[in-house]
Amino acid sequence: MSVRHLVHGRIQLALHMLQDAPGRPLLLLHGLGERSPEDVPAALASWTGPVCALDFTGHGESSVSRGGGYTCEMMMADADTALRELGEATVVGRGLGAYVALLLSGARATQVRGAILCDGIGLAGGGSQPGSPQVVTVPENGPAVPDPFAMAELTRDARPPDYATAYVHQALEFSGLEAPICICCVERPSWIEGVAQEPGVCESSLEAALQRYAAI
Amino acid sequence: MSQVPLSESPERLASQSPAPAGVRRPDRRRDLHVRGLRLAVWEWGDETAPPILFAHGGFDFAGTLDGFAPLLADAGWRVVCWDQRGHGDSEHAELYSWDADMRDMLAVLDSVTFDPVVAMGHSKGGAILTQLIQAVPHRFRSFVNIDGLPSTLPPKDVQDHERTRMLARDLAGWLDHRSRAAEATRKPGTIEELAKRRQRMNPRLSIEWLSYLVTIGARQDEDGWRWKIDPSLRMGGFGPWRQNWALERLASLPVPLLGIIATVPEEMGWLLTAETLLPWLPAGARLEAPPDTGHFVHIERPREIADLVLDFLR
Repeated sequence: MSVRHLVHGRIQLALHMLQDAPGRPLLLLHGLGERSPEDVPAALASWTGPVCALDFTGHGESSVSRGGGYTCEMMMADADTALRELGEATVVGRGLGAYVALLLSGARATQVRGAILCDGIGLAGGGSQPGSPQVVTVPENGPAVPDPFAMAELTRDARPPDYATAYVHQALEFSGLEAPICICCVERPSWIEGVAQEPGVCESSLEAALQRYAAI
Repeated sequence: MSQVPLSESPERLASQSPAPAGVRRPDRRRDLHVRGLRLAVWEWGDETAPPILFAHGGFDFAGTLDGFAPLLADAGWRVVCWDQRGHGDSEHAELYSWDADMRDMLAVLDSVTFDPVVAMGHSKGGAILTQLIQAVPHRFRSFVNIDGLPSTLPPKDVQDHERTRMLARDLAGWLDHRSRAAEATRKPGTIEELAKRRQRMNPRLSIEWLSYLVTIGARQDEDGWRWKIDPSLRMGGFGPWRQNWALERLASLPVPLLGIIATVPEEMGWLLTAETLLPWLPAGARLEAPPDTGHFVHIERPREIADLVLDFLR
């Protein structure tokens, strides 16, 4: 396994190359508070092309943002940095990474050749609309990674279903794929429920989703 | 959080340019370190006077108050403003968000007092303060919001297909901007060039005033002046936030509110009207809409707005 260090603004991102092979890469986006796996997870073993995994800002070997400021849109820009390195990719995301995969599939519809949304930490975020205002603070002397600010801020961000479906509309309109998004998760926060009802979104097992996108 | 002494005196800073009549640089500057990020905090008025915490608007900096804040200071108030992260003389951050700005805001307040204070904010600063007051109501005693109350405008009436294309353009533009953020620099120019550039967004402010602002909010490099603001910051944007979320919570504001809104639409303005805002305001709130004023109403008419504020605080 090798690591490529990518630059996103003032952040250094770690992109782990888990499997070297010809073909379209599979890009893994981890869940909240997680880090990239050291090897290709068994559930993804059927993917014959390259497999890469990105550490989001504040996670794993990527650098931390002083004083927080984490948003899912900024994590999408992290993932876009990896996508620029790879050219195009099928994206599989867990939890937080699933939501980011959805955003990226809409924002970079021609480069994301299928987004697979899986269960994992941080899937629900803060729900459909914000809770009562609060100032998010974290202990001063805790561990640096995963960044406690990331843990706090990315569990309370609002994810309205119609915001999520706007990305589905874009993925469907601009990707040229019949079903650019595939839901493989059991947990059903409201944004997933909204996405699941849109044209261009399929539901299947992870294995079937991998086969679907490997074939395009 | 820690504080370090000022390394550059206000007198030296002020000597770089002539100030327009009535304009005064802050009496004090200090650096506040918040979670490793350095914020420049500026103050006008006696240190023992009752504090007003002032939050400037997006793409502004504390020095934009050089005409307004002295009027409050001379009336017996200690005006505390800080350059928000990435703005003015504060450090550029890795990331920016509403949550982070709120946290910085509270850290500045903690460095001043734990007693309830007057809060005052312009534009985005007013909007963030609205949320901070709802988060920590016991820290505030009254609130002046200058053209930063939530918009009552309905979403644009466009067809879904066109909305999808607009969002696609916005997203691609933003991601492309992020991809260049590491190397981005502000365009250099003369003081006059920077002032004219800023006048596109501040069309009602004079070139004399904007030229003065250049000497505060920009730095002089070998190839010209550059605005200090982080080049990775960008106007506009997208995201899940809905104005109606903030609007519906206005009525819960627990402190006396003075809202001041502009009456002439302009580029940076929020297009607020008294008629549409009034039903959303908390009981007893006061709303002022001075005629023929733009978004930077406190800069356009510092004396008039200061008098409104002082009357409200009396």
